[in-house]
Amino acid sequence: MSVVEPLAATEVAEMPSAWRIFRRNRMSVFGLVLIVILAVLALLGPWIAPFSPYSTTAGPVMAPPGAPHWLGTDELGRDIFSRVLLGTRTSLLVGLAAAFIATFVGITVGALSGYFTGWIDDVIMRVTEVFQVIPRFFLAIVLVSFFGANLVNIILAISLLSWPELARIVRAEFLTLRSRQFVDAARVCGAGAMWLVFVEILPNALAPVIVNATLQVGQAMLLEAGLSYLGVGDPSQISLGMMLQQAQQIMRAAWWATLFPGVALAIAVLAINIVGDGLNDVFSPRSRER
Amino acid sequence: MTGTRLLLYALRRLLQAVPMIVIILIVNFFLIHSAPGDPVDVLTGSMETSEEYIAELRAEFGLDKPLVQQLGIYLWKAAHFDLGYSMRYRQDVTGLILSRLPATLLLMGTALVFSSFLGIMLGVFAARRPYSLSDNAVTFIALAGYSMPVFWLGQILLLIFAVQLQWFPVQGMFSLRVPSHGWARFADLMHHLALPAITYSVYHLTLIYRLTRVKMQETLTLDFCTTARAKGLSEASVVRRHALPNAMLPVVTVIGLNFGFMLAGSVLTETVFAWPGTGRLLYEAINARDYPVLLGLFTFLSLMVILANVLTDIIYALIDPRVTYS
Repeated sequence: MSVVEPLAATEVAEMPSAWRIFRRNRMSVFGLVLIVILAVLALLGPWIAPFSPYSTTAGPVMAPPGAPHWLGTDELGRDIFSRVLLGTRTSLLVGLAAAFIATFVGITVGALSGYFTGWIDDVIMRVTEVFQVIPRFFLAIVLVSFFGANLVNIILAISLLSWPELARIVRAEFLTLRSRQFVDAARVCGAGAMWLVFVEILPNALAPVIVNATLQVGQAMLLEAGLSYLGVGDPSQISLGMMLQQAQQIMRAAWWATLFPGVALAIAVLAINIVGDGLNDVFSPRSRER
Repeated sequence: MTGTRLLLYALRRLLQAVPMIVIILIVNFFLIHSAPGDPVDVLTGSMETSEEYIAELRAEFGLDKPLVQQLGIYLWKAAHFDLGYSMRYRQDVTGLILSRLPATLLLMGTALVFSSFLGIMLGVFAARRPYSLSDNAVTFIALAGYSMPVFWLGQILLLIFAVQLQWFPVQGMFSLRVPSHGWARFADLMHHLALPAITYSVYHLTLIYRLTRVKMQETLTLDFCTTARAKGLSEASVVRRHALPNAMLPVVTVIGLNFGFMLAGSVLTETVFAWPGTGRLLYEAINARDYPVLLGLFTFLSLMVILANVLTDIIYALIDPRVTYS
């Protein structure tokens, strides 16, 4: 039976066709372009910002959007555009870092569980269930207020609570893949567990992982914003959530202080979710027909 | 299914939840002890207290005894609904939470009913003409609603409808000079409830909409729907009587599974609108470093999530004839 040959052929055709399907959806491309723009703005933030985001002498207090201050100033006269740039940078940093750690943990746990099955699987799945039931937003609040409100703790708290979903997805993929012929073939050839997991099975389980990891970035950004809005954010970093909390005090006098940080956050998360949806369409076989 | 069998199933499901609750309590206990500093600091909630009260606390929680014994005391207290005492409010935490609960339940309940109903309607509407202009438009709006921070949406609604247009009150649950009873009081409550409930509904609405749309689309292509059409039933009746009941099952699951997220949403919404529920209590506890209340709320909300999961399973068993109670 020539199982290997047609498999290899489809594998080669995979990459260009995935990009073509993704590209066909104009929304996804739009989302991707937005993300790239935001990422560039965030990376170059400190250099593009027209004013120091901390400077209280940048302009008049609560100036409406206009000439030198495009998005206005806040109650201390700080330039909102500069602060939004830096805040978006913090948001993206937390989102990417938390999603990265959560994905790493999720893959490891899910792979262990799905590859070894048996009692290892049982134990891991019980632990995963506990983590799924604990309301993660509240545990994050407790953890951060106990162990200190700094970016590292916030990233760790968010990622610690975000991996279970991914672990379940990876486990399910591994359970179906581990008994496929190509894995058996590799095993017969003498491949060890590490080779089987990382070279044979994992690459084939990546599609749902990529979709989920993308959506995790947006979720983590929203969680971080929620934490800083409630006052458990890192006080030494400008974050969009913190800006929104302060803006609420001056809402009647300065609507711009509330509007723009939220718009920045919503656009960033929306762009990420659009790309996630687009990737989902690419990878789910049902949508290939249209 | 007979009532007794369902009851037995419900009881067993509740019993299965007990170990989970114990684990949550143990996590809580270790949080108190792993926090930097003396556990007493956590128990007093960084309030200035007398030496006698601290000594009393040490005795009460057995802080000079071995850790295992302390855990025993902690679990024993929790089993008696004793979640500690808030120095700040001069009230026991359980009573404090219970007094704030009705406001939260009112907000969540209203939003849940509203968003489930509207979400399912919109989902069905979009699924009937997939990838049409109207479907794409609604889907994009839903994605936008899903991506928005809930508290910011609340702030924007507040800006437009309370500050600018002054159609709704800015915050709270009742006006200062509120009629003590009758329709006027109810109307005042509804007037205050409107904006928070709408804010809170949006995330949930988009979630239910997205799910219903996908499930309906799937279900409508299944054989039994084709059969129903072949019998000569109108499309409307195929949708309503055959496809919808099937597509609604996962919606029930999603409400149950997302209960934790919904509670998080309620904290943020209550904070924006100063709605006097458990979420607002959490916000106050964070900023006053009132740790007994913070941990009590964490325990209580976890408990609610676990119970919501159990309830979801039971409702599922009630409405899905295929579920066996084994």
